[in-house]
Amino acid sequence: MNIDSLLVMRQEISLLAIILLLLVAEIFMAKNKKHSIVHLAIFLFGVHTLVGFLPLTENSLFGGMFRTNGLIHFFKNVLNIGVLILLLQSADWLQEKIVSQNKGTEFFVLLFSSLLGMYFMISSGDFLMFYLGLELSTLPVAALAAYETANRKSSEAGIKLILSSALASGVSLFGISMLYATSGSIYFADVIELITATQLTSLGAILFFAGLAFKISLVPFHFWTADVYQGAPISIASYLSVISKGAAVFILMILLFTVLKPLIHVWENMIYVVAVATMFIGNLFALRQQNMKRFLAFSSIAQAGFILLGLIAGTQLGMATVVYFVLIYVFSNLAAFGVVQAISLQTGKEHIKDYEGLYRTNPNLSLVMMLALFSLAGIPPVAGFFGKFFLFTAAASEGYYFLVFLAVVNVTISLYYYLLVVRAMFLRKSDTPIPFFKNKIYMRIGLIITVIGILILGLYSPLYDHIYELSGNFNR
Amino acid sequence: MIPGISIYELLTVTSILFFIGVYGFITRKNLISILISVELILNASVINFVVINKYMYPDMLQGVLFSIFIIAVAAAETALAVSIIINLYRQINSVEVKDIETMKY
Repeated sequence: MNIDSLLVMRQEISLLAIILLLLVAEIFMAKNKKHSIVHLAIFLFGVHTLVGFLPLTENSLFGGMFRTNGLIHFFKNVLNIGVLILLLQSADWLQEKIVSQNKGTEFFVLLFSSLLGMYFMISSGDFLMFYLGLELSTLPVAALAAYETANRKSSEAGIKLILSSALASGVSLFGISMLYATSGSIYFADVIELITATQLTSLGAILFFAGLAFKISLVPFHFWTADVYQGAPISIASYLSVISKGAAVFILMILLFTVLKPLIHVWENMIYVVAVATMFIGNLFALRQQNMKRFLAFSSIAQAGFILLGLIAGTQLGMATVVYFVLIYVFSNLAAFGVVQAISLQTGKEHIKDYEGLYRTNPNLSLVMMLALFSLAGIPPVAGFFGKFFLFTAAASEGYYFLVFLAVVNVTISLYYYLLVVRAMFLRKSDTPIPFFKNKIYMRIGLIITVIGILILGLYSPLYDHIYELSGNFNR
Repeated sequence: MIPGISIYELLTVTSILFFIGVYGFITRKNLISILISVELILNASVINFVVINKYMYPDMLQGVLFSIFIIAVAAAETALAVSIIINLYRQINSVEVKDIETMKY
């Protein structure tokens, strides 16, 4: 094997180098200079993100266990951008709360390890690599959810996350063992050729789907979501809802469209039911939430239901729309979480009631929040509209008109509760509004990037064409 | 391979083990017991992999290798879960689910 071929793993190697560098920096850094680790980590990750945009050839390594192509590479860049925005938004929280407890470096190491797991997961070429990537992406996040060790709710969130994800991966493994029994191989390339729609493979595929559905928080498996989001630190909640969910959706999509394609009649019906249940339950429960974090948790469950509309299509169009929607969702949801984090850091307030009269005191923040919520709801000028529109087109092109109708009903419901927050910010008056405050530089950059993304992505059509072209890689 | 025992009996055992694990996960009231139930599920799939490999595809070792990785990862998972449970125990002096639950619906 030529040493050059390892450069296919360029993204993984550079992220691993960052992790090691941070560990070394932690050892040699003077005790009173610990706060500069945040700047160092953000700088290194920014360089890593920029380098990631360089093109990469299609290839596979280790006898097909690791593979990469245009779409996978593109999606890794999406994850990179998401994590970079998230780091910028949580820099102040880290400086004030975490570095003072001398836990700054561990935060970055755990976060980057989890991202490394996601890289391996989405470019896995067999079930073993997939499983290892899945676990590597989940375990550090559970540790991060329990990161505020003095906070009881944080520990509760951690234990709920680790137990439900352990159950999920166990169920998923049981499904994989059944797929292995029918095909005699754990490599995707071999399984594709040998798999047929028998009862055993159907059961295996269903169990496997259940395991990944936990990570995406689809409805029968969504119980941990709201509790974990509420208890965990806000940056971890947004990581779970954006990055972790995006990576799981991506790998689920690839596996359904390639490996489990012969079972399409099984998972079609399953996804139909799950999509309807996810949209309705996510939206109806979001109506009665008072805490912003729980509110965003249920809204993210509902958004996962919309993503399934692209999955059910099972075509190149479906694949392109899902990736495009996830890209937009990264920006809109990170903007919403960013505002919640900024307000929570300054005032400690997280209730929707506390947001009343925000426009009078903090007009910029409330504008960002409004754009984010409009994008999540899918109101035309902003990017979210185009994402949802394309997803519905993909489902309708395969003849799922009734499902699209139900989805449109759900968009209407979701509009109501998103506008409740907007009304609280813009129309309501409050005797004790959140006082004016100025965000620090990192937070401001993070929010500005998300706003640019929300405004530009929907109108810049070459991007969608590019994604559509790339997704041809999997549909030959 | 065990003489006199076919793959059917062994797979029945692992299926039963799996469903005991799922049942335990749902019904147990103690965090440690929930953790043990999860281990049962993981071990059911470990045995599944080994048995399928040994009885059906004995010329390749993919299933056995997979099971070794599962065992290693399960150990890491347990260590993390136990450390979070200990942290929780320091704060509320209990590992019962009903004492821990503060966030609902």
